[in-house]
Amino acid sequence: MASYGETQYAVVPPATLLEPGITMTGVWHRYGTRVALADVSLQVGRGEIFGLLGPNGGGKTTLFHLLATLMPLTEGQVELLGYDLRRAAKAIRPHLGVVFQHPSLDPKLTVYENLRHHGHLYGLSGALLRERIQFVVQRVGLEDRVNDLVETLSGGLQRRLELAKAFLHAPSVLLLDEPSTGLDPGARLDFMAYLEHLRDQEGVSVLLTTHILEEAEHCDRVGILHQGHLVAVGTPDALKERVGGDVVVVQTPDPAGLQSQIRERFGCEPVIVDGRVRVEMAHGHTFVRDVVEAFAPAIQAVTFSKPTLEDVFIKLTGHRFWESTGHAEP
Amino acid sequence: MPSLDAKKSGALRRAALAVLTLWWREMTRFLRQRSRWGSALAQPLVFWVLLGGGLQASFRPADAPAGTGYMEYFYPGVLTLVMLFTAIFATIAIVEDRREGFLQGVLVAPVTRTSIVLGQSLGSTTLALLQGVLFLFLAPLAGVSVSLLSLLLVVLVLFCIAFSMTNLGLIIAWRMRSTQGFHAIMNLLLMPLWLLSGAFFPVTGVPLWLAWVMCCNPLTYGMAALRRSLYLAHPIAAGAVPALAPALGITVLFGMVTLLAAVHTARQQAL
Repeated sequence: MASYGETQYAVVPPATLLEPGITMTGVWHRYGTRVALADVSLQVGRGEIFGLLGPNGGGKTTLFHLLATLMPLTEGQVELLGYDLRRAAKAIRPHLGVVFQHPSLDPKLTVYENLRHHGHLYGLSGALLRERIQFVVQRVGLEDRVNDLVETLSGGLQRRLELAKAFLHAPSVLLLDEPSTGLDPGARLDFMAYLEHLRDQEGVSVLLTTHILEEAEHCDRVGILHQGHLVAVGTPDALKERVGGDVVVVQTPDPAGLQSQIRERFGCEPVIVDGRVRVEMAHGHTFVRDVVEAFAPAIQAVTFSKPTLEDVFIKLTGHRFWESTGHAEP
Repeated sequence: MPSLDAKKSGALRRAALAVLTLWWREMTRFLRQRSRWGSALAQPLVFWVLLGGGLQASFRPADAPAGTGYMEYFYPGVLTLVMLFTAIFATIAIVEDRREGFLQGVLVAPVTRTSIVLGQSLGSTTLALLQGVLFLFLAPLAGVSVSLLSLLLVVLVLFCIAFSMTNLGLIIAWRMRSTQGFHAIMNLLLMPLWLLSGAFFPVTGVPLWLAWVMCCNPLTYGMAALRRSLYLAHPIAAGAVPALAPALGITVLFGMVTLLAAVHTARQQAL
């Protein structure tokens, strides 16, 4: 399958197969005076799923549009498959598969027609195109819906078709902007499983943006983007280790008072997030017992948990993940 | 290494494939949306019957030979109106493509903006032409008898008119994010273009300033070419309009210029 990319319609073959999928160095982007990306550097390897995690407005979509060649790169260096984005956008496009946050399908056309038009735009035609369509619809489990109008498909199936479309021309790099928008958790897991399959079978580099923490957990590596800054990069486990043990959150009517009492009594550094006192420490389970024994009358509730990526986000930025978006999300 | 010629022909094949597939999509969509079938045809027909019928008694086109009624004078004007309405309808679809998201998928594909614009433009032009040809069947009702040669010329002229109207629509559509704004601008731009083209009233006898405006209106020459082609055998019936050759020349040129302008606009738009 991989040979399609090289022989049939690639304008120029990728510079070398050893080049990383995506390399960004010192990228800035401004809208007027507002800084959307501030000195972002990252690398996505071949056959890696990289998740860009951050709240809405953190700069994810700007970065996505830059990589998708839809926006001129103003400052910094970006290489895709060894090509310079600024000078060789034309050569990059055939190797790029893109899934947008908003649907890019024609609802008045059938599944097959959508894929056929897309294939034509990428220079595929004839028997090869038919073969590829057959292959991708099977891959995403749409083979019995090929002749149905897209507007009759459920949201989950439409999302799968988006992925099939993005992968039709066998790209080496897949860019996905909030790919699981509108999917229920089950369909979201399915979608991630497809991506893992593409990574393992085809060696595709995947960069996806997400504001869904569970989705980021499934990525090989995660970068946390906050107000245009890439504040951390690492595997989900490595990031969570930074939090340092367990997370204990105490709910109380007087957070400030309890914060200083805990500090004096246990010699740790509690912080107040969202009106609750938060402590990160090893052996959190014993701390739960001790803190309840010591301050029982002042405590409304205590939660104990292993660190999540949200805890990482809080530790690195001092904000709750959803705080900066300004609207209630899960 | 493939030779430079092979590379060039490969690029040309890809460009043609992109144009063709976008054109084909317009056809498929049109066939599926039955409500669109009649809309561009019915409205001009109503115009023709009501306005033509109403003004028949009081309006005598200047310079036309005796016996030319207003219904007949207005007929080529309504043909152009069919082109105009189809162009507006078809370019609204482009704004919707952007809003619904289809366009973003096309913009990241390895195709040039020229191919995209050509595909959109030829698609709309074909639809306009189909409806124009349908309207040509009513020519005998208008009292116009058309030979095969003049029919071929008429189709060519209609093609050029539809092509330039669509390109004008695309220049606006590529900049627009909503269909409401698009409607307003199209009515402001294209309707006066049509009204002042000799479609509705001849240039003869209008105030001087208006005559100047009409002379500068590129569509005046499209209308002239259309009248000249319809009355190929009876030039006198076409009235006092520019001769066929210069009128056709300007019409073709106008089509080219608007295409270049549309491509230029598309290149300026990031997303």
